[in-house]
Amino acid sequence: MRRSISFTLNGKPIQLTVDDDRMLLWVLRYDLGLTGTKFGCGAALCGSCTVIVNDEAVQSCITAVKEIAGKHVLTIEGLSREGHLHPIQEAFLNHHAFQCGYCTPGMIVNAYALLLKRAHPTREEIMRHLEDNLCRCGSHTRIVDAILEAAGSMKGVA
Amino acid sequence: MHGDDWNEAAEIAANMGAGVSRREFLQLAGAGLFIFFATDRMAAFQEPSRLPGRPSYPTDFNVYLRIGGDGRVTCFVGKVELGQGSKTALAQLVADELDVSFDAVDMVMGDTDLCPSDMGTFGSLTIRQFGPVLRGAAAETRAVLLQMSADYLKLPSVEHLRVKDGVVTCVQDERKSVSYARLVEGKRIERHLEKVPVKPVSAFTVIGKATRRKDALEKVTGKARYAADMTPPGTLHARILRPPAHGATLKEIDTAIAEKVPGVRVIRDGEMIAVLHEQPDIADRALGPIRARFEPPQPSEDEQTIFDHLLKAAPPLQIVDERGSLAEGDKLATHLVEETYLNSYVAHAAMETHSAVAAIEGGKLTVWASTQTPFPVRQQLAQAVGFTPENVRVITPYVGGGFGGKSASRQAVEAARLAKITGKPVQVVWDRAEEFFYDTFRPAAVVKIRAGLDAAGKLLLWDYRVYCAGEREAQPFYDIPHQRTQSSGGWSGNPPGLHPFAVGPWRAPSVNTNTFARESHIDILASKLGRDPLAFRLSHLSDPRMRRVLLAASEKFGWKSAPAPSGRGVGLACAIYSGTYVATVAEVAVNKSTGNVDVKRSSAPRIRA
Repeated sequence: MRRSISFTLNGKPIQLTVDDDRMLLWVLRYDLGLTGTKFGCGAALCGSCTVIVNDEAVQSCITAVKEIAGKHVLTIEGLSREGHLHPIQEAFLNHHAFQCGYCTPGMIVNAYALLLKRAHPTREEIMRHLEDNLCRCGSHTRIVDAILEAAGSMKGVA
Repeated sequence: MHGDDWNEAAEIAANMGAGVSRREFLQLAGAGLFIFFATDRMAAFQEPSRLPGRPSYPTDFNVYLRIGGDGRVTCFVGKVELGQGSKTALAQLVADELDVSFDAVDMVMGDTDLCPSDMGTFGSLTIRQFGPVLRGAAAETRAVLLQMSADYLKLPSVEHLRVKDGVVTCVQDERKSVSYARLVEGKRIERHLEKVPVKPVSAFTVIGKATRRKDALEKVTGKARYAADMTPPGTLHARILRPPAHGATLKEIDTAIAEKVPGVRVIRDGEMIAVLHEQPDIADRALGPIRARFEPPQPSEDEQTIFDHLLKAAPPLQIVDERGSLAEGDKLATHLVEETYLNSYVAHAAMETHSAVAAIEGGKLTVWASTQTPFPVRQQLAQAVGFTPENVRVITPYVGGGFGGKSASRQAVEAARLAKITGKPVQVVWDRAEEFFYDTFRPAAVVKIRAGLDAAGKLLLWDYRVYCAGEREAQPFYDIPHQRTQSSGGWSGNPPGLHPFAVGPWRAPSVNTNTFARESHIDILASKLGRDPLAFRLSHLSDPRMRRVLLAASEKFGWKSAPAPSGRGVGLACAIYSGTYVATVAEVAVNKSTGNVDVKRSSAPRIRA
């Protein structure tokens, strides 16, 4: 059904008139031009499209726009504030925790969701949490290292 | 549809004599202990001289390098950044040879209008093969700039000139100084020099040093642009009707429902039926209700019969390498061990599916494509839309993984054809099902090995036949006096009908299959003799580098020569790929009720030789 939907996107209120059955991924990428969120499978199998809705990681390829009405959506574009990278982004930079970079936004925002819940996850907890985020280049070890470092540097930041 | 699915781009590349695919993990790279030795290929032990002849890159350094009035150096290369870090590594080569800071180098990659032609980014050739070309160009540029500096500073020679961060200074009189930027001011440099040597390794200050990747900031902030992130104004998104099986023919079609969706266009162009809309998800929804009846061919093979089929249909075996005499080895052997190894079709499955955006403006076609082969793709596009190649531009943004699979770029042609018909920019992004359907799979393969041991447990006979994987690194690096390696077929140039769908290069092509078979057989031999697999390998290895790699890996792991407890196992394997030596040690556990294998230990030390 085409209707007006309001939500907060990266800290800013937004109102859209859209078919509310459409998946958030497409609306973000093509209606709103936020292309950092990636299409990888369209079936919630790869994690490339992960965004944060009300502090929870969701896969935007299976999240209809109607489900986010009135909620807070955070994408990779909203993670750095006032030109400062988020500590997770810094850690990904320092550890070269990517190669092709296509899975990276999904990895970073999913790590963000984890660190919101658990400030100091163990290596095993990180690996379990990122189970549904696929990387085909082989950056897994560096990704986990980066998140561990970010957790350490986020003490008290939240 | 098998034969023609193998995209022309890869064929062009193959015809140019390329070994195709980028360096990637070997198949063994699940998790485990890795030791990498980077090396000069010329120094590599038993490194077969299989580097394709260097293609004719332009000799004018202006083609690769432009020095702006602001002092920034722009480097133009036909290679693309697939994640392998070439944007960073090539910039390092330029910075060191030219004596400019790494941060002052901007890379322009894979743009057919701006960059020198290149057959493609595959075969782990970017640094090995193209690197020396770029270094040579930068070294000549620097030498010319020194001469220009001497003229400018009215010095009799370049002898006392030094360069740092793009500023040339006379060491005898530091007031005499001029920057590259001032000398060149973005202009073409007309002076040339012959045979300028590149710097020795000892003079490197940038190469080999850890540095922030050129693509890092964009990739962690979501700003990195891939082909599907390009949407020129008015872009239509296309979803294309696909057959249910390779070789299926369309018998009936009813697109009426799709055509009723507001804003949807249905295009039929030859065998291609596409649904287009301004939004990709709405185009996708409109594609769903299209009723089409295809007649699929009788499936000729299945996953059980394919290997026998390959053995029957493969081209004749060719001898790759032969040493000693098999007959002599047979005579001396007291114990023969014969096994057959099977490898299945494997998809590349890059995270980014094949994507392209095509736009025609003023008689010129521009295509942003996720491709490993922008220049061959330009030729294909020109042919597909009937333009001259000069009127086709391929721009390669960041590519979300290739692994050999984006040597073929059918999606670019689809987008271009639809852009021509609709008169609008068209984006084609394959979904995951299309990606698996049209992938150029690693070919299924069969390896037959007959090995012979003498009474003392010495391996003295090795009769190796590989079918359909290809011959790269097929011959063993172990010391075996009587050996013959034969190969039939590979990932390109196969007879039609050999494979039921398209095949192509995949992550260290040939080498992954040959390593799996060879190392498995070595383990079986050691096991039959009741010997430790590490000790057995070492007793047949005189290659000092491979010995060091194996020992370093096993020491780091804490290898113990003892049977593992039930349900657990430790294993090791080693391989050479294009001069890179790798040893892997892993400990795995098997869940006896589910059969699942879990990697228990993994670490990845990197050691420089």
